[in-house]
Amino acid sequence: MATPLVVSDVEKSFTMHLRDGVTLPVVAGVSFSIRAGECAVLGGPSGAGKSSILKMLYGNYAVDEGQIIVQHENGLIDLASASPRTVLAVRRRTIGYVSQFLRTVPRVSALDVVAEPLVERGEDREAARAKARSLLAQLNLPEKLWALPPATFSGGEQQRVNIARGFITEHPILLLDEPTASLDAKNRDVVVELIAAKKAAGVALLGIFHDLDVRDAVADRVIDVTAFAAGKVAA
Amino acid sequence: MTDEPLLRVSALSKFYGSRVGCENVTFDLWPGEVLAVVGESGSGKTTLLNCLSTRLLPSSGTASYRVRDGQWRELYRMSEAERRFLMRTDWGFVHQNPADGLRMTVSAGANVGERLMAVGDRHYGKIRATAVDWLSRVEIDEDRIDDEPRAFSGGMRQRLQIARNLVTGPRLVFMDEPTGGLDVSVQARLLDLLRGLVTDLGLAAIVVTHDLAVARLLSQRMMVMKDGRVVESGLTDRVLDDPRAPYTQLLVSSILQV
Ligand SMILES: Nc1ncnc2c1ncn2[C@@H]1O[C@H](COP(=O)(O)OP(=O)(O)OP(=O)(O)O)[C@@H](O)[C@H]1O
Ligand SMILES: Nc1ncnc2c1ncn2[C@@H]1O[C@H](COP(=O)(O)OP(=O)(O)OP(=O)(O)O)[C@@H](O)[C@H]1O
Ligand SMILES: [Mg+2]
Ligand SMILES: [Mg+2]
Repeated sequence: MATPLVVSDVEKSFTMHLRDGVTLPVVAGVSFSIRAGECAVLGGPSGAGKSSILKMLYGNYAVDEGQIIVQHENGLIDLASASPRTVLAVRRRTIGYVSQFLRTVPRVSALDVVAEPLVERGEDREAARAKARSLLAQLNLPEKLWALPPATFSGGEQQRVNIARGFITEHPILLLDEPTASLDAKNRDVVVELIAAKKAAGVALLGIFHDLDVRDAVADRVIDVTAFAAGKVAA
Repeated sequence: MTDEPLLRVSALSKFYGSRVGCENVTFDLWPGEVLAVVGESGSGKTTLLNCLSTRLLPSSGTASYRVRDGQWRELYRMSEAERRFLMRTDWGFVHQNPADGLRMTVSAGANVGERLMAVGDRHYGKIRATAVDWLSRVEIDEDRIDDEPRAFSGGMRQRLQIARNLVTGPRLVFMDEPTGGLDVSVQARLLDLLRGLVTDLGLAAIVVTHDLAVARLLSQRMMVMKDGRVVESGLTDRVLDDPRAPYTQLLVSSILQV
């Protein structure tokens, strides 16, 4: 079975220079791997470092120590030490990410926000929009909103745009940071279906889900982040 | 996509007498990549940009540019004529003050057409048609084509300056505070326009800005400067979301949210 993501001995702390340089250790010794077609879930209390781990896997947070080995374009890449240009290529081709909140870009319609990752991968714009339409419909986003920029949408509407944007591509690895947090039950079920379809397609998924029903419905296993508590390892 | 950078900068320094302009700056820029240069006033951003665009000669260091035929040329060893040719054909320079980049006493159409003539275009009808097309791309009505930029608002002038720079299809554009000095609402519109053009044309650009929101929206990579030196660089979202250098943390914390 293919293992497109292997994390070993990753460590992360924040040094707050504006607060006398105090260092906040977050995680250490983070080691796990994700197989194609499985969905693993990061578990642990608030502040344990779940989002920080996901952000390091996306190159959004720097990594202090350790390796993040990703299968990218028939080769292996250590994302922890990769150049910005390589990280961008990995994001375009290999790792998708659904953040907890949509970062809106002014004047771009919801439809194009969703279609953009496909266009970036070289797909025809109209074909990308067609896929975007079908995903937005599946997520029950009212059609009258599609042509509008999402800046004025409600939290749940924005999040559905965000989810559609994350799920539209065929990235072999997909990271999900509480994608269902601001959704109603009906749309949570849609997300569960979307995740099941990704698994069936052989995508390796790593997510954070506070909602226990969703977690039980999608998780093949839970990775307990408290096991990587930085203090614990240092002691 | 080519697998070579467009511009390679190595240990570039510029001193004004004993004062540091910029010091020991090294980076590569790739085709289609937008690099933002941020930092406080006096940190050397304009000095760096002017050295890179050869408007200023550095005190030491090198910069090489890959010209259209694939050859690498050392910028500071080129003849003045060669440099001027590059600036006219392959590069654009967008000034903070549009008056520095426009000819204020000739018409908007001529401001755009002039650049085409400089690259050898001679057919009047074609030049005018291209000028009209570019004015519309920067959202200036065709019926303003014969007006002088003196009669334009600040935002319109800046859009005209952008059209003048992009009409020749440059591969690399330098911008010094392109949205500075404009009202916030005008800034937002200009930024949308720039973002669209940069993406559609696949331009490489180096954008100097003190506005981190501008950097977030336009650039993939970012360099943070202080006292003439680069104190931090990396992916734009990494630098903004996980700033490591003390100065970057100060910069990021001093604004509400980007
Ligand atoms: N950019 C940052 N700068 C400084 N500290 C940070 C930063 N990001 C996260 N932290 C700190 O790191 C710790 C872990 O945060 P993280 O967001 O990873 O937790 P989490 O497990 O996702 O929590 P939650 O369940 O509440 O989302 C927290 O103490 C947080 O304050
Ligand atoms: N022609 C000059 N002669 C002497 N010193 C200069 C000259 N130009 C710039 N400097 C000095 O070099 C340093 C860097 O200036 P520069 O204009 O590059 O800063 P900047 O980062 O662009 O600032 P700002 O954000 O205010 O435009 C400053 O200390 C400035 O006073
Ligand atoms: Mg979190
Ligand atoms: Mg300046």
